[in-house]
Amino acid sequence: MGAAAASALALAGCGTGSGGGGVATGAITVYSGQHPQTTALLVSAFERRTGVRVAERDGDEDVLAQQIVQEGGRSPADVYYAENSQALQFLSEKGLLAPVTPGTLAAVPAADESPGGSWVGVTARVSGIVYNTRLLSPSQVPTSVRQLADGRWAGKLGLAPSETDFQPVISSLSHSDGRAGALSWLEAVKRNAGSHVYPDNETLVAQINAGQVALGIVNHYYWYRLRYEIGSGRMHSAFATLAPRDPGYVLDVSGAAVLRSSRHQADAQRFLAFLVSPAGQEVIARSQSYEYPLGSGVATAQPIPAFAGLRPSPVSIAELGDGAAAVALLREAQLL
Amino acid sequence: MAVAGIAGPLRRIAAGRRRLPTGITTAAALVAAALLLPLAFLCWQAAQVGWGELQHLLARRLTLDLLWNTVRLAVVVTVASALIGTGAAWATERTTLPGRRVWAVLLVLPVAIPDFVIAWGWVSIRPSLSGLPGAALVLTLGLYPLVYLPVAASFRRADPAQEEVARSLGRGPFETFIRVTLRQARLAIAGGCLLVALYLLAEYGAFAILRYQTFTTEIFSEFEQGFNAPAAAALSLVVAVLGMVVLASEGVATRAGRQGTVQARSRAVSRARLGRAAAPVTAAMAVLVGLAVGVPVATIVYWMGSGQRSTLPAASTLAGAAWHTALYSAAAAALATLAAVPVAILAVRHRGRMAIAFERAGLLVEALPGLVIALALVFFTVHYAPVLYQSAPLLVMAYAVMFFPLAFVAVRASLARVPPALEEVGRSLGRRPVSVVVRVVVPLVLPGLLAAFFLVFLTAATELPATLVLVPTGVQTLATQFWAYTGQFSYAAAAPFAAAMLALAVVPTVLLGRWFDRLPTGALSR
Repeated sequence: MGAAAASALALAGCGTGSGGGGVATGAITVYSGQHPQTTALLVSAFERRTGVRVAERDGDEDVLAQQIVQEGGRSPADVYYAENSQALQFLSEKGLLAPVTPGTLAAVPAADESPGGSWVGVTARVSGIVYNTRLLSPSQVPTSVRQLADGRWAGKLGLAPSETDFQPVISSLSHSDGRAGALSWLEAVKRNAGSHVYPDNETLVAQINAGQVALGIVNHYYWYRLRYEIGSGRMHSAFATLAPRDPGYVLDVSGAAVLRSSRHQADAQRFLAFLVSPAGQEVIARSQSYEYPLGSGVATAQPIPAFAGLRPSPVSIAELGDGAAAVALLREAQLL
Repeated sequence: MAVAGIAGPLRRIAAGRRRLPTGITTAAALVAAALLLPLAFLCWQAAQVGWGELQHLLARRLTLDLLWNTVRLAVVVTVASALIGTGAAWATERTTLPGRRVWAVLLVLPVAIPDFVIAWGWVSIRPSLSGLPGAALVLTLGLYPLVYLPVAASFRRADPAQEEVARSLGRGPFETFIRVTLRQARLAIAGGCLLVALYLLAEYGAFAILRYQTFTTEIFSEFEQGFNAPAAAALSLVVAVLGMVVLASEGVATRAGRQGTVQARSRAVSRARLGRAAAPVTAAMAVLVGLAVGVPVATIVYWMGSGQRSTLPAASTLAGAAWHTALYSAAAAALATLAAVPVAILAVRHRGRMAIAFERAGLLVEALPGLVIALALVFFTVHYAPVLYQSAPLLVMAYAVMFFPLAFVAVRASLARVPPALEEVGRSLGRRPVSVVVRVVVPLVLPGLLAAFFLVFLTAATELPATLVLVPTGVQTLATQFWAYTGQFSYAAAAPFAAAMLALAVVPTVLLGRWFDRLPTGALSR
């Protein structure tokens, strides 16, 4: 029957080049929880420079981390690239990460990478308030994340609690105000948000800009990317940093690691080395990623608050942990 | 009619006497086993989680919220689809509506537009659209054709004599419509409504865009929140039970209605003269098609011309994504159609306990949302079949499993129309069974096989949640790339991918619409 032949042919056809295991040398698989805005140009620059082919699997950093745990020793991934340090710490605690080459680690300040040397920081992002400029004047904008629990933001606050970017803020708050304090803050912001709970930060920022809600707490780059996309003329919102050292003012480090189970250790380490090299960091500095380069002394070329001028909360990467405590708090507050 | 009239008894006699063909039975058994794998694995996963933990996972306020959200939306959308689908079918089949042949094609089109594209179209116009009103609007616009199609077929084939008798007994036109016309179509309406409910249980993308929380969105986020197999399995079980309840009611409704079905058709049905009502009825059709087809199409056109920039780099070109979409969908369509043949042959020609068991196994798949099937396959392959994990063949298999019921129903309906007497004649002329199948049966059922192929192809080409979970590393389909862009509000970049999906889906839909037209009433329901 024709259908049988067609089916067999088609199956054979789609099996080529995209199968699960057995990637040839000179090719690595990257599980990326980072935004393609940051990774895509890095990947293509790396491919051009080294000839190593990169297959990128994009997804939520949490799901990819859990996926790696489930996959265990047979994971197709060679490199894991995360948006936040927590997911990397989680895999590090599970013993699934290989040590990063010392030369790679040396390119980045020690505070911005794995305390145990199992992953390297690549970029940083900072959390702050995005607010609608038609609904709020700059003086009305909260200067502390704690103020978001105030009843006067009822119906005006938007939240994207399922975003892993939200977890560092909770971890930081829990670190400064204790677990009970963080929980009551979550319960209050949940009340204030009401039905304005959004699936992701892109939605949250767009809804603030459209005036559906007045404000929200988000990492800086979401606002800058929206501005690039729709143009300054259609921006009715602004990004404001919180007061220096406020617990909501968190510097999140995004980084990458090589998996212990990778069968392409050398190429995977080369990829990490490239990410933090001057060439790799320059790519980030000039792209529409709007994140801060962390390595090789490269500064961003984008019009965002100067990295040197940031005054984030002193919470450390080790104190931010693996995010499990933040997730537990979110679940307790019925936000997950 | 005469041949069909004796086909039933003949078939029964033949089935009683003939031995089950070993090859076909083995093939059907393998297909049934493959189809049951996701459900079996899901149950096994749940058993691993343990009863206590399952209770803990399900005895949450969240479960009740999800149930309430799902049930109230199902009621609203089903009722609205029944009203709109039946009304539109009446207008095109039983009235003198001008341009009714064109309307009949246009009214079916929303079924070719993925619900997440309709949802995106609406949200692009009204960003605040969300929750129950948004979900009800979008799902009704996307799903009413599932009522329209069978009801239109039923109206077309209904026996006009009953209406004439009612009218001659002095019943008014309205009373005749309610008492006779609707009564004749009630089986088709019920079947359509239950299909609407099943589709709604499985929908993911539209709910995600409209921020309406149901079981599928929650299962997806449990998966997202951390590859959370136990929680996803627990919620999947609930949604599977819901799906089985709907399936079972469909069986009951079909059986109850069977006696009342009117199969005879000797004359063309009479059409109500619309007269002055023609203008408002035409306007209503235009509004319906405008809301369901016009809004997403206009949105696509608007964004393609908008020149909006995106910071999100293209993971795939339009051509690359279209190629992979067509490849996976065609492979899945061929596989599902092929798999449907042995099960359908047994179901139609050798209807015994085993055939019915295989058939039920196949149709049970309908109760499982594609997302649930995909997750079961991910968890299964990652532990027990690493070769298939993240591979293209696994995605194709998942599609084939998910859409097997579509292929099966189409193949079975066309097989049922082949009088077994023809095969007997072939056999008595000394042909071997295989030769009889190839020379006699295949040419007769070919339209049904093609319909099965297109039905699966069309559905797979616009499938989203299972594709998001199973797509091989480094590959994008039209649906996943569209999803990546809309998730970042890069609507201009997303629009061409939506346009390509519509282009891939519209041709099969028009072809399918023509095939549905030629099916006997109720052939698509059990």
